[in-house]
Amino acid sequence: MLEVLKQPWPWYMAGITITLVMAALLYFGKSFGFSSNLRTICSIAGAGKRVDFFNYDWKAEKWNLLFLIGSIVGGFIAANWLNDGSEFVLSLKTVADLKEIGIRFDGQMNPEDIFGWNFISTGKGFLILLAGGILVGFGTRYAGGCSSGHAISGLSNLQLPSLIAVVGFFAGGLVMTHFLLPFIF
Amino acid sequence: MKSLKFIIAGIIFGIVMAKSEAISWYRIQEMFRFQSFHMYGIIGTAVLSGTLLVFLIKKFQIKDSTGSKIIFHDKQKGWVRYLAGGAIFGLGWALTGACPGPMFVNIGYGYFSMIIVVFGALIGTYGYGAIKNKLPH
Repeated sequence: MLEVLKQPWPWYMAGITITLVMAALLYFGKSFGFSSNLRTICSIAGAGKRVDFFNYDWKAEKWNLLFLIGSIVGGFIAANWLNDGSEFVLSLKTVADLKEIGIRFDGQMNPEDIFGWNFISTGKGFLILLAGGILVGFGTRYAGGCSSGHAISGLSNLQLPSLIAVVGFFAGGLVMTHFLLPFIF
Repeated sequence: MKSLKFIIAGIIFGIVMAKSEAISWYRIQEMFRFQSFHMYGIIGTAVLSGTLLVFLIKKFQIKDSTGSKIIFHDKQKGWVRYLAGGAIFGLGWALTGACPGPMFVNIGYGYFSMIIVVFGALIGTYGYGAIKNKLPH
C-alpha cells in the first residue's frame, strides 16, 4: 500500500481524493476554498485598520488557516516520506517548448531556472515571482475564488459565475503561456 | 480534535497536490499548452465526483457533524468580476505555476522561494481590498 502511495499518483486518484477532502470539509460544516486565507492573513496583519474589506471577524476563518498549515505539512510529508525517487515524466513537446523560451527541464518538481536562488538573486527573478504572486492574489479576490473555490466547489454546485471564472483562468493562463512568457524569460 | 481534523484534511490535501504533481510549474505549463491530459484528468474527476457529491447531499438533505443541514450558497450574479478577476489570476497562475493552495504545499515541499510568491499574493489581495470600490463587479 505504502509503495503505491510513494509513486506519482494517477490523475483519477488525485481527483477523487480532492473530492473526499471537499466532502470532509462539508461534513465539518465548512466550504472548500483556499484563497480566502490570503484575506484572513491580511486581516490578522492589521489591514482592517486601513481598508474596510479586511475589517471582519477573521476568527471564524481560523479553521481554514489550520487547513493551510496542514497543507504545508502535507507537502513536507510528500517530499520526504512519500517519495520513491520516481522520474518526473513531462511531455516531450513541453520540454522542447520550454527549452525555446530558455527554461530547462531538470526533472525536479519545479524548474531551478525560475525557483533556484541563482535566478532569484538576480533581482529580475525576485520581481517575476513577486509580480506573479500579486496577480494571483489580486485576481483570486477580484474573482471571489481560485481553483478550489470556483473550479472545484463552484462547478460541482453548477454555478454559472464559477464557469465564467474558470473561462477567465484559462484566458489569462493561455495569454501568459503563449504570448507573454517568451518575453519575460 | 476540533482543530486537528482541519489540519489532517489539510495534510491530505497537501499530499494529494504534491503526489499528483499538481503543484508543479511544469505540469501547469503542460496544461496550458494542451500537451498532456493529466491536469484535465485531475480537475475533471474532481468536478464530476464533486457534482455527484453535491447532488446527493442536496437530494438526501444530508446533515453535517453538528446536525445542521449542509447548505450551498449561490455565487453572486454577474460576470465582469469573474471574467476579469479570473483572467488576472490566470496570468499569475501560468507565470508562477501555483494557485493559492499549491503555493503553500510547495513551501512544505522545500521550495522556499515560493514565500516570495505568497508575499506577492498578500500584496495583491490587499491591493484588491484597497481599490475594490473603484472596480466594476
